[in-house]
Amino acid sequence: MTKQIRLTTPLSNEDVEKLNIGDKVLLNGVLLTGRDAAHKRLFELIEQGKELPVDIKGQVIYFVGPTPAKPGKPIGSAGPTTSYRMDPYSPKLIELGLKGMIGKGNRSQTVIEAMSKFKAVYFGATGGAGALIAKRIKKAEIVAYPDLGPEAIRILEVEDFPVTVINDTKGNDLYQEGIKRYAKE
Amino acid sequence: MIREISNREIIEVVRDLCIDANYNLGDDVLRAFDKAIEAEESATGIEVLKELKENARIAREEKAPICQDCGLAVVFIDIGQDVHITGGNLNEAVNEGVRQGYEDGYLRKSACHPITRKNTGDNTPAIIHIQIVPGDKMKIVFAPKGGGAENMSRVTMLTPAAGIEGVKDFVVNRVKESGSNPCPPTVIGVGVGGTFERSAILAKKAILRDIGNRNPDPELATIEEEILTRINRLGIGPMGYGGNTTSFDVFLEIEPCHIASLPVAVNVQCHAARHKEAII
Repeated sequence: MTKQIRLTTPLSNEDVEKLNIGDKVLLNGVLLTGRDAAHKRLFELIEQGKELPVDIKGQVIYFVGPTPAKPGKPIGSAGPTTSYRMDPYSPKLIELGLKGMIGKGNRSQTVIEAMSKFKAVYFGATGGAGALIAKRIKKAEIVAYPDLGPEAIRILEVEDFPVTVINDTKGNDLYQEGIKRYAKE
Repeated sequence: MIREISNREIIEVVRDLCIDANYNLGDDVLRAFDKAIEAEESATGIEVLKELKENARIAREEKAPICQDCGLAVVFIDIGQDVHITGGNLNEAVNEGVRQGYEDGYLRKSACHPITRKNTGDNTPAIIHIQIVPGDKMKIVFAPKGGGAENMSRVTMLTPAAGIEGVKDFVVNRVKESGSNPCPPTVIGVGVGGTFERSAILAKKAILRDIGNRNPDPELATIEEEILTRINRLGIGPMGYGGNTTSFDVFLEIEPCHIASLPVAVNVQCHAARHKEAII
């Protein structure tokens, strides 16, 4: 359950199909950031048939709203936010080629099914470990919606960004498996 | 004897509390991490707990926020009835302290308009709870509250027939349904009694207690322990990856209620159980 895999974005179908729940993955390359407000805007553009401000094909979106960067630092504390709030928007983005999401907490059945159908995975990062996670982020740049402040879309350059596979492309769910294994009633 | 406290002093104290609470996790939580690392059954769970301990160390040393969610600013103030506040309005002083603390501390501002969702820009207004108490001092408790765990909180109005067993089941089910969302291991505040709104305030006050401190009433202490045991049998574990550390503690606070009612509030607090206080 705990083999460690190093991957560099953008990710291919092959990259994500070999992942299984519980796998520890070290992500390299770039991550996009986005949470509630940015997802809403992206979704509205898709519905209107307009072009997105960022290319999401093969990319990984990190659900995060970081703290302001102190002088000399690329970013402030930057742990994951709770993912279910992005559930209404994620299936569409997955259909358009998004290969991964990083957050924390349960996803809906619809999102899990979209991940199976269009080959994408959901990674968990350690919630509340914002100061620790920030050390793996080398550069951050706002690329869309600067008016959203902490919720703006950023491109992050990451080195060995540590995540765990929560939902793989086969419909498995680490949270469900964890409870099955450790529940005592 | 009337004692004067200036608004300027209140602003400074609140500012410093905002920064201290967000950078420096309390010793009670650090002890809870160590205890859980010993007791946790899941290897992944232990890894998560060690990461959280390391995160707290980095935050303290580098003066960085423990978590990117620096919370809404929840402030409890006990004002001695012999205190006279000079130099302006108390609420404004608290909000100015929050404004300065969040700006100077590089903390994330998470307050927004509930409908337009426009960020207020300075993390105000703070959620301020004021109580008048005997004496000539002012106690300020600052507890930043993150959104992820707060979203898992609920208030319900049980029937008196549901009784204490109904209360226990409601709390355990709330934690079960919350699953991995609120960043477990959590701290669970339970408010029982009062009215609809009072139960929620009791639950919020409950999470201000340090982990490990039992309710002084032995009967309530037993209920706290029983609920905690049941929660830690759910198997959710650290970050929901499975394990026997789902909550660090359960705190129960009660008040008399209406003969027709049994209000129960559950306030879920993530493992970043931040609260700092000062007495002026």
